[in-house]
Amino acid sequence: MPDSLSKKEFTYCPGCHHGIVHRLIAEVIDELGIREKTLIVAPVGCSVFAYEFFNVDGTVAPHGRAPAVATGMKRATPDKIVFTYQGDGDLASIGTAEIVHAANRGENITTIFINNAVYGMTGGQMAPTTLLGQKTTTTPYGRDAKANGYPIRMSEMLSTLAGAAYIERVMVTTPQNVIKAKRAIKKAFETQIKGLGFSLVEVLSTCPTNWGKSPVEAGKWLEENMAKYYPLGVYVDRTKEAE
Amino acid sequence: MKMLFKGSEAIAEAAIRAGCRLYFGYPITPQSELTEYMSRRLPEVEGTFLQAESEVATVNMMYGASCTGRRVMTSTSSPGFSLMMEGVSYMAGAELPAVFVNVVRGGPGLGDIQPAQSDYFQATKGGGHGDYRMIVLAPHTIQEAVDLMNLAFDLADKYRMLVTILADGMLGQMMEPVEFPPMRDPNDVPEKKWALTGAKGREPRKVTSFDIDPYELEKMNLRYQATYKKVEENEVRYEEMNTEGADIIVAAYGTMARIVKTVIHMAEEEGIKVGLFRPITLWPFPYKRLNELADTVDTILTVEMSYGQMLEDVKLGVNGKAKTPFYGRSAGVVPTPTEVLDAIKKAIGR
Repeated sequence: MPDSLSKKEFTYCPGCHHGIVHRLIAEVIDELGIREKTLIVAPVGCSVFAYEFFNVDGTVAPHGRAPAVATGMKRATPDKIVFTYQGDGDLASIGTAEIVHAANRGENITTIFINNAVYGMTGGQMAPTTLLGQKTTTTPYGRDAKANGYPIRMSEMLSTLAGAAYIERVMVTTPQNVIKAKRAIKKAFETQIKGLGFSLVEVLSTCPTNWGKSPVEAGKWLEENMAKYYPLGVYVDRTKEAE
Repeated sequence: MKMLFKGSEAIAEAAIRAGCRLYFGYPITPQSELTEYMSRRLPEVEGTFLQAESEVATVNMMYGASCTGRRVMTSTSSPGFSLMMEGVSYMAGAELPAVFVNVVRGGPGLGDIQPAQSDYFQATKGGGHGDYRMIVLAPHTIQEAVDLMNLAFDLADKYRMLVTILADGMLGQMMEPVEFPPMRDPNDVPEKKWALTGAKGREPRKVTSFDIDPYELEKMNLRYQATYKKVEENEVRYEEMNTEGADIIVAAYGTMARIVKTVIHMAEEEGIKVGLFRPITLWPFPYKRLNELADTVDTILTVEMSYGQMLEDVKLGVNGKAKTPFYGRSAGVVPTPTEVLDAIKKAIGR
């Protein structure tokens, strides 16, 4: 087990991808040798306890405000490595202003963005990232663009901002994808270590419980539906020019 | 050496001298000069100034900065302070020290940009959710505001609490000669053994405002309450003027108290002895002293630039021992000394 994970058992549902992503982050922190100077800003939502799962100093931000909290931490102690861990309800809805402005300032922090197209903790309501036609407890007839607007593509949107140094979208459905995801997370932390500006990795994730699917079905649904609307890949990489 | 300074700018300079090197803020009248002053002055002392995208972001930047153990502040005016209330509650829950300056203007809603005292409830009774308190200091001159800055940061650190300087548009905008205390070393603050500094050679530290288990959360709440009790026992501050043998005592704070000081002299000429009781800490409120004073007079008149907010605390302090009439203007209207004198005469039947 990576040093950067605590001994606390994950509280996530079976088939949820939080556990995989946590482990990848912890491995990256270990490999970069930054555990003793890394600070986590955990979100509100299913991953509210993320601060307990990492063997690093940390806090929990109010819903959506993690990028502002991380900004305060980083400005106060620029020698620390600060990362936020945020879901789609957190980052793409209530915290839209905070993530946009942190990215636009080129705030030298790293954000791991977990997009599972639904509100998890509150019981499966519509998120800004919910796909058109997708049923949730607040879109019982399926999300309708006229009534609820369109799913937001955050990585694409944030990559238009000059302060964004590195943004990539990944998923962790297969071993190959996991390897790619880890590479992206590592690059995001390296971007911060080098002081190049804002970095974000969006991870398309499953929520078998609120999607009403088995873990295997959920993985398949993610690949066949979410990954089509939210294409994987690097959206911005200004690390070369910044170096 | 005394220097002529605008209120907002004097408060900013005093904060820097108190060792504050981190300011996050968002412009709002009538205190934007404080934000502007910080933007030019902090770089000179290797400090950090950041104009946030909103007051919501501001208070969360403070949350993050305070987590690292460094002294941090913001300033705002009424609608801005309302926006900060989410973060205020979280910071109170996480026991994070920080200093807020609220230069109060007329409300509710957008209101106007003139001086008022109508944020008293918000500052002293909550504003944010949950059982929390913050220390509230109410200066009545620019010099006093300057002098209270050191105290504000020290109390915040000592009790791991939020401290608000509750001023008003008058104090923010007027100019007065002030004398500043010497510059303090920003590193010369008590060690914060809870601060997030990276888990080097120790167990990781966690700063949070919550526990999902109600029994554990209750323990946290009882810890906050024990702190608040200590503050109530040790940090009550007030000023008295002419209270001994007074015909009537007037309770007032901030700019309103300053007007009452003028009224005291006017009343003297008409043979009325007016005493002033001026709370400096609005929370913890000086209930005990006010209760003692209620034994010495028939009437304690409360005057406020609001429609009776501190009045409720005065009534609690007096506890029925004396009459507690009220006079107030609000919405940015500042009462004249003559108006206040008339209210005093009416209260004592003259």
